[in-house]
Amino acid sequence: MNDFFLLMKQELLLTAIIFILLFVKLSTNEWKTKNLLLLVNILLTINLAAGFFFNGFGYLFGDMFQTNDLIRLEKNILNLGTLLISLQSYNWLMKHKHAAEFYMLMFSALLGMFFMLSSHNLLMFYVGLELASIPLAAMANFDLEKRRSSEAAMKYIMSSAFASGLLLFGISLMYGVSGSLNFTDLQSLQTTSPLYVFAFVLIIAGFGFKISAVPFHLWTADVYEGSPVAVTSFLSVISKGSMIFVFGTVLFTVFQQLFFQWYNILAILAVLSMIIGNLFALRQQNLKRFLAFSSISQVGFILIGITAGNMKGLSSVIYFVLIYVFSNLAAFGVLSLVDAEKGKENIDDYKGFYKTNPVLTWVLAIALFSLAGIPPTAGFFGKFFLILAGAGRNNYLLITIAALNMVVSLYYYLRIIKAMFMDTNENPIENIIISRSPKLALAICLAGIVITGLVGGAYDYIYSLVK
Amino acid sequence: MNLSLLLILPLAFSFLLLFVKGLKQVRTVALTAAVAQLGLSLYLLYQFLIERATSSSNFLFEQKYAWFKNLNINYHAGVDGISVAMILLTAFVVLAGVLVSWNQEKLHKEFFFLLLFLSVGAYGFFISLDLFMLFFFLEVAVIPKFLLIGIWGSGKKEYSAMKLALMLMAGSALVFVGLAGLYYNTPVNEVFSFDLTTIANQTASSATQRFFFPFAFIGFGIFTALFPFHTWVPDGHSSAPTAASMFLAGISMKLGGYGCLRVATYLMPDAAQYYSTIIIVLACIAILYGAFATMMQTDLKYINAYSSVSHCGFVLLGIGMLTKTSITGAVLQMVSHGLMTALFFAVIGMIYERTHTRVVAQLGGLLKVMPFISTVFVIVGLCSLGLPGLSGFVAEMTVFMGSWQKADLFYRFATIIACASIVVTAVYILRAVGSSIMGPVKNNDYLQLTDAGWNEKTAAVLLLAGILIMGLVPFWITDLINPGTEVIIQKIGMIK
Repeated sequence: MNDFFLLMKQELLLTAIIFILLFVKLSTNEWKTKNLLLLVNILLTINLAAGFFFNGFGYLFGDMFQTNDLIRLEKNILNLGTLLISLQSYNWLMKHKHAAEFYMLMFSALLGMFFMLSSHNLLMFYVGLELASIPLAAMANFDLEKRRSSEAAMKYIMSSAFASGLLLFGISLMYGVSGSLNFTDLQSLQTTSPLYVFAFVLIIAGFGFKISAVPFHLWTADVYEGSPVAVTSFLSVISKGSMIFVFGTVLFTVFQQLFFQWYNILAILAVLSMIIGNLFALRQQNLKRFLAFSSISQVGFILIGITAGNMKGLSSVIYFVLIYVFSNLAAFGVLSLVDAEKGKENIDDYKGFYKTNPVLTWVLAIALFSLAGIPPTAGFFGKFFLILAGAGRNNYLLITIAALNMVVSLYYYLRIIKAMFMDTNENPIENIIISRSPKLALAICLAGIVITGLVGGAYDYIYSLVK
Repeated sequence: MNLSLLLILPLAFSFLLLFVKGLKQVRTVALTAAVAQLGLSLYLLYQFLIERATSSSNFLFEQKYAWFKNLNINYHAGVDGISVAMILLTAFVVLAGVLVSWNQEKLHKEFFFLLLFLSVGAYGFFISLDLFMLFFFLEVAVIPKFLLIGIWGSGKKEYSAMKLALMLMAGSALVFVGLAGLYYNTPVNEVFSFDLTTIANQTASSATQRFFFPFAFIGFGIFTALFPFHTWVPDGHSSAPTAASMFLAGISMKLGGYGCLRVATYLMPDAAQYYSTIIIVLACIAILYGAFATMMQTDLKYINAYSSVSHCGFVLLGIGMLTKTSITGAVLQMVSHGLMTALFFAVIGMIYERTHTRVVAQLGGLLKVMPFISTVFVIVGLCSLGLPGLSGFVAEMTVFMGSWQKADLFYRFATIIACASIVVTAVYILRAVGSSIMGPVKNNDYLQLTDAGWNEKTAAVLLLAGILIMGLVPFWITDLINPGTEVIIQKIGMIK
């Protein structure tokens, strides 16, 4: 019984928060949004802090559920990201009537991701995944009056259902070959029979949809554009981050014996994602679409880290996601403020932004530099460690393509920098007063961007856990 | 001496900049920072000379802290004579740059912040003994240039800024592939390392070297205007504001030369020899092409930018020849060109600030109006065409002497071609200088113009002092860098 509380504390806490919100919503007297947001943020901080204490590791429910230090770290990263998103969306939620519902949906999705991360069985993994994706579709539709938003939700649910179908098909074939869905059993299975490989390819395709690797990326841009900024940031950081964590660990532990199969598949997916993501990002006008394509190309880099197939690779991937949380959320934080206050999300609107909003401009610029991998921001370390890990496989063609793609991506990040700093605009976005909680979120992001890179400890800590 | 001071000092001052207000305070802080940097680097020189007299190791003042333990990446700083020379050059150029930007009205705080930040990148690069750290600082120095050109530049500034940033980034991307190759191919007891000395002692196999050398050399070569990757130079230099042009041509291009020497040639000597003919051919093309392209330019900044391509060709030629004298010459040329071109851009900036034109045909008779600026202009022109007594002569002569030591017909031919370019240099320099400052005053408005202010005079005198010292007592600097080049040459000699 003690084990149960110890191992599942993060899931239980999150469930408790969801129930608290439910009671708040159902209580007779209506809460003010301001107080509600304060309550949620305090609860989220507690939730985040709890991740660092009373740690245990082990299995539950007949080996269905596992937890260890690495998984806990991954959950903490997701918790941190969720807290940051909640802080950033302050202005948007203040104007929105349904803050409590939004949070309930978001936390349900997060809970699903936690179960997914802790799964030690493909079935458990699938259940967690579904719990994560269905609330997300509802969230994408959260700008109730906008048609775009419903369209985004529709596209997301369709593509996600398709991906789930592929995954489920793969899982069932796998069960046919191995007679078990337990990770330990699958790991010890020494087979490369065609059916097994076929099942594996289906599972990779399912994952490919979820992390939006090319050629499974088609839903990304539309969904990102249509959804409210808060949801877009949740999709691109938390949802994608959790999928990448699971993808990495599953490939490294369960499918180790298929290394040569997945090495080639991932190398091709990586090159495609980087090139296509970059090429499409070049021409985007809408910043959310732009970040969608840039995130596709980031996935390409992450896949290179995974192809390394060793501990260095996995720790670089987790390290990169941690940095990606900070840098992407800093960018989305500024976007979200501008969108909530002025309703503008085109690159052209940002012309002359520096004259009116110098602080926000620097925040966005630093975030973009970090995404582009420019030192001294953390993104530089994140990206080059991924490439360095990939170089261990002696495939220097792949590495050169990746390195040159960084140059292409630099072009479009600099395009926004140019618009903000150098271009003039007759009616620029007026000065935005930043309220306390987004300010806090942006400060945390900036601190993260600077510290996680320059201070080597973060990487070493992750590496020690991966071992 | 604690080398980290070279990084901490400008960083501390640039953060101090964030808290002061108004042009007066900002420029005072920036000037203090630049003077302190110069003082620190002179002190470094002094300490270095004392320390070297007693020490036998190649790199002095070494510091090593674990940075990313599991990847074996360290903060590893240390200097030899070559790096000390480069650090001094940086300090001179930064101080001069701050002085000529004394009246920078537009967004002054950001301007000086970026300038100081750039100098952090340059110092960090020159003191790095860990390749990842070196790469880190190489990239640190790219984006501030983009902003400096794009925000404060003139002409088609956005285009130039973008071109520069992308080409330099492509260069560093290639460098990284080369470095990753070195990392994985020089293990010590199965442990990979970015450490310069470790990699130098391991010496990768010649097949590995030949594969990765082009990545590193072309990558660094882009920074130093290796033909045909020189196209960012004219646009970038001519669009940049004065201080940024000075930094770009004076220091930034030297990052490439230093990298070609220290990383590509020193760590992959076998490949350097294997590819030396190609390097020499490209260097000769850059020298001649740069010189002839300069003849066709009408804008003073373009003249200096193209002549930089030509002059940096000598650096690559010296490296490609792989003799001790030629490599010494290459380092001398880096320092000499750094001082000279920075001064050249400073003078052009001063002229432009007053006349609002840089087109040679519209200028004329400036000697009568601003004697100080014009005199400096003549001196720096003469230095550029290699007049004895000034730094340009010493450096180019050393490169030629070194190249001539190679008796093979091909090398002789290349040396002659490179020598011939001096004639072309004389043509364009004398023409530009002659028609812009001599003759009658072409525009009567010019008669109202003032000569250099105290800040501009100080900047010019500072750089002129460097040029003269190098020209008159060249052995001071050759003595400083010789042990450093000796080590590189030994490495190449071991291959034979």
